Amino acid sequence: MKKFIWLLTLIVALSMILTACGAAAPAATEAPVVTEAPVSATEAPVATEPPAAPAEPFRVAVIMPSAINDLAFSQSMFDALTRIQEEMGGTDAFEFVYSDGMFNVDDAAAAIRDYATEGYDLVIAHGSQYGSSLQEIAPDFPETSFAWGTTAETFGVPNIFAYEAASQEGGYVNGVLAATLSTSKVIGIVGPIEVGDAKLYVDGFKAGVATTDPAVKVNVNYIGSFSDVALASEAATTHIAAGADALTGTAQMVVGAIGKAEEANALWFGTQSNQTSLAPTIVVASQVYHWEVALREIITLINSGTLGGQSFKANLANGGEVVEFNPDYALSADATALAESTIQGIIDGTITITLP
Amino acid sequence: MISELFTVTVLIGILASGIRLATPYLYASIGETFGQRSGVLNLGVEGQMLLGAFAAFYVALTTGSLWLGILAAMIVGALMGLIMAFVTVNLHAQQGISGIGFYLFGLGLSDLLFQKLMGTVETVKGFPPIKIPWFSSIPGVGEIFFSQNILVYGAYLLVPLAWFVLNKTTLGLKIRSVGENPDAADSLGVSVARIRYFTIILGGTLSGIAGASLSIALLNVFQQNMTSGLGFIAVALVYFGAWRPWGVLGGALLFSMVNSLQLWIQVLGIPIPSEIAVMMPYVLTILVLVITVSRVRAPSALTKPFERED
Repeated sequence: MKKFIWLLTLIVALSMILTACGAAAPAATEAPVVTEAPVSATEAPVATEPPAAPAEPFRVAVIMPSAINDLAFSQSMFDALTRIQEEMGGTDAFEFVYSDGMFNVDDAAAAIRDYATEGYDLVIAHGSQYGSSLQEIAPDFPETSFAWGTTAETFGVPNIFAYEAASQEGGYVNGVLAATLSTSKVIGIVGPIEVGDAKLYVDGFKAGVATTDPAVKVNVNYIGSFSDVALASEAATTHIAAGADALTGTAQMVVGAIGKAEEANALWFGTQSNQTSLAPTIVVASQVYHWEVALREIITLINSGTLGGQSFKANLANGGEVVEFNPDYALSADATALAESTIQGIIDGTITITLP
Repeated sequence: MISELFTVTVLIGILASGIRLATPYLYASIGETFGQRSGVLNLGVEGQMLLGAFAAFYVALTTGSLWLGILAAMIVGALMGLIMAFVTVNLHAQQGISGIGFYLFGLGLSDLLFQKLMGTVETVKGFPPIKIPWFSSIPGVGEIFFSQNILVYGAYLLVPLAWFVLNKTTLGLKIRSVGENPDAADSLGVSVARIRYFTIILGGTLSGIAGASLSIALLNVFQQNMTSGLGFIAVALVYFGAWRPWGVLGGALLFSMVNSLQLWIQVLGIPIPSEIAVMMPYVLTILVLVITVSRVRAPSALTKPFERED
C-alpha cells in the first residue's frame, strides 16, 4: 500500500509537471525574448509611438485557451502582442508572458490570480469562457488592470476592459468573394459552437453570400466543439459531398477541415489568423484580427491612470480587422476590385450588414 | 427536407463518413479490449493516442515516410504500454488513477514536443485512398467500403483477427482466464504478469496506431490535444461492446454513423438546433449502454491487481 501511495504521488507529480511544461512553462522563459531587445540608445525615439514607453517596462500577462501557434484565435492575440512589443521598442519597454492551452477554465482562473499577484500592469483573459472568473478575481486586485474578450461586457467593474471583433465584417467580405468564385453555387461553413465571434463571422459570411447571389446555397455545420479536429474535418468532407466547392470555418479545430478542402480542390476562406500557410493553393483570403488596435488604447489609458470600464471593438474601419489576400492565389482583377469596394463600403458605411 | 436524407448521395455520404470516423475508435478499443479481458483497465488510451499521433506525424514530416511514421507510433505506444504494465502489474498501482496519470503525461508531453520540435501547425500528405479493384466499382458499396485508406481497412481487419485470437487460440484462453480468475490461471502455470504485460503493450501499440490514423491518414495534421476525448470514448466502447471485438465494432459504428448523420442533418438544413444534433451520438450511446450492460458481466478480475499468495 505504501509503495502504491508513493507511486501515485510520483505519477501525479510527473504528469502535472509535464502538463505544466506543455502549457504554461514556456511562457516564463520564452516570451520575453520573442524579439531581442535592441539595447542601443538610438532605438529610444520609438517611444514617440502613441503608448509612450515609461522607464519601467509595461508588463502584460495573457491567458489563452489554445496554443499560441493555432493559426486561429490564440495566435491572433500572440501576434498582436509581438507587434506591440516591436512598436514600443522591444522588451525594455514592453514585456509579455503567456499561458496557452488553458482550455480548463479553473486552471485559467488560477493563472489569472497568479499573474495579478505578481504585479503585472495588465492581465488579459483571452477567451469569453474566462469572464465569470475575471468578474470574481478583478475586484481583489484594484491596482491591476484586466482585459478580456471577445465581448463588450465589463461587468461595471472599474478595472476590467473588454474587447471584441466585428467578425461579421470580414465574414461579409469573405462571403461576397465566395459567392462570386463558387461555380457549384454551394458553400459550406464549419463552425464550433453557435456563440460569440464564431456566430458573428458565420452570420456575416451568410449575409455577404446572400447579397451577392441569392441563388447560392450556404450549408452551415456547427460541430459543437472548439477542439475536435476529426469531426471538423469530417464536416468539411460532408460539405464537399453535398456539392460545396468553397468552404470557410472558424476557430482552431478547422485545421483538419482546410486539409480536406485542399484534397477536394475546394476554395477556403480563413478567419482569425492568416491561414494561407496550411494550404497555399486554395486559401483565397483570411480575415485577420489585429488586437493591437484595442491594446494600444488600453495601454495608453492604463498609463494615464484609467484601469478599466471601457470596451473596444476591432473592425475594418479602425484596422483591427484586415482582410489579407493570399498572394499565390490568382484572384481575378474583377474579384479583387469587388472585394476592395466591399471593404471600402463597410468602412464608409455605405454597406450595412444585417444580422439575423 | 427530411426526405433529402434518403437520397443516394446522402446515404452513401453518411455511411462512408461513419466508416472513416470509426477507424481510430476501432484501433484503440480493440487494444483496450485485450487489456480489459486480461483484467487491466487502461484509462491512459487518450495519452497514448496523442503521443502516437505526434510521433507518426513528426516522423512522417521529417523523413517523408508514412510507414516509418506508423512504426514510430507503434514504438511510442508500446513504450507507454510497457511503463503502464510495470506500474500496474509489478507495482500494483490503482489502475484508474494511474491511467489518468498516463493520460495527462501523454497530453503534456505531446504538446511540449509539438511546441519544441514544430512550433506551428503543419500538414503532411497522408495515406491516400486505395480503390480495391473490382469491389470499388460496385455502385454505392464501392464508395463506402472499398475506397478508403489503408489504415481504415486495417482497423476493420483487426476485428475478426482479435475475435480469433481471443476465442480460438491458447493465448486468448490464457488472456481470458487471467482476467476471470488469475489465481486459478496462476495455479495452472499461466504467468499472470507475462500475459498482462503482453495485453497492455499490445493495447498501447494499437492506441499509438489509432493516433497515427488521425494524424497521417484521416486528418494529416497535428494539433495539441487533437484527440479531444476520443480515447475516453474508446474505453467506453469496450464496455458498450461487452468486451467482445464484434460488440466493439457495433458500438464504434453506431456512434460514428449517428455522428455523421448529425453532420448531414445540419448540412441539409433540417431544423434541429445544432446543440441537439451534436448531442445525438452521445445520448444514443448512453441509452444503448444502459440497455446492454445490465445483461453482461465484466471480466471478474478487472481493475484488480494480482498478488500471488504463497
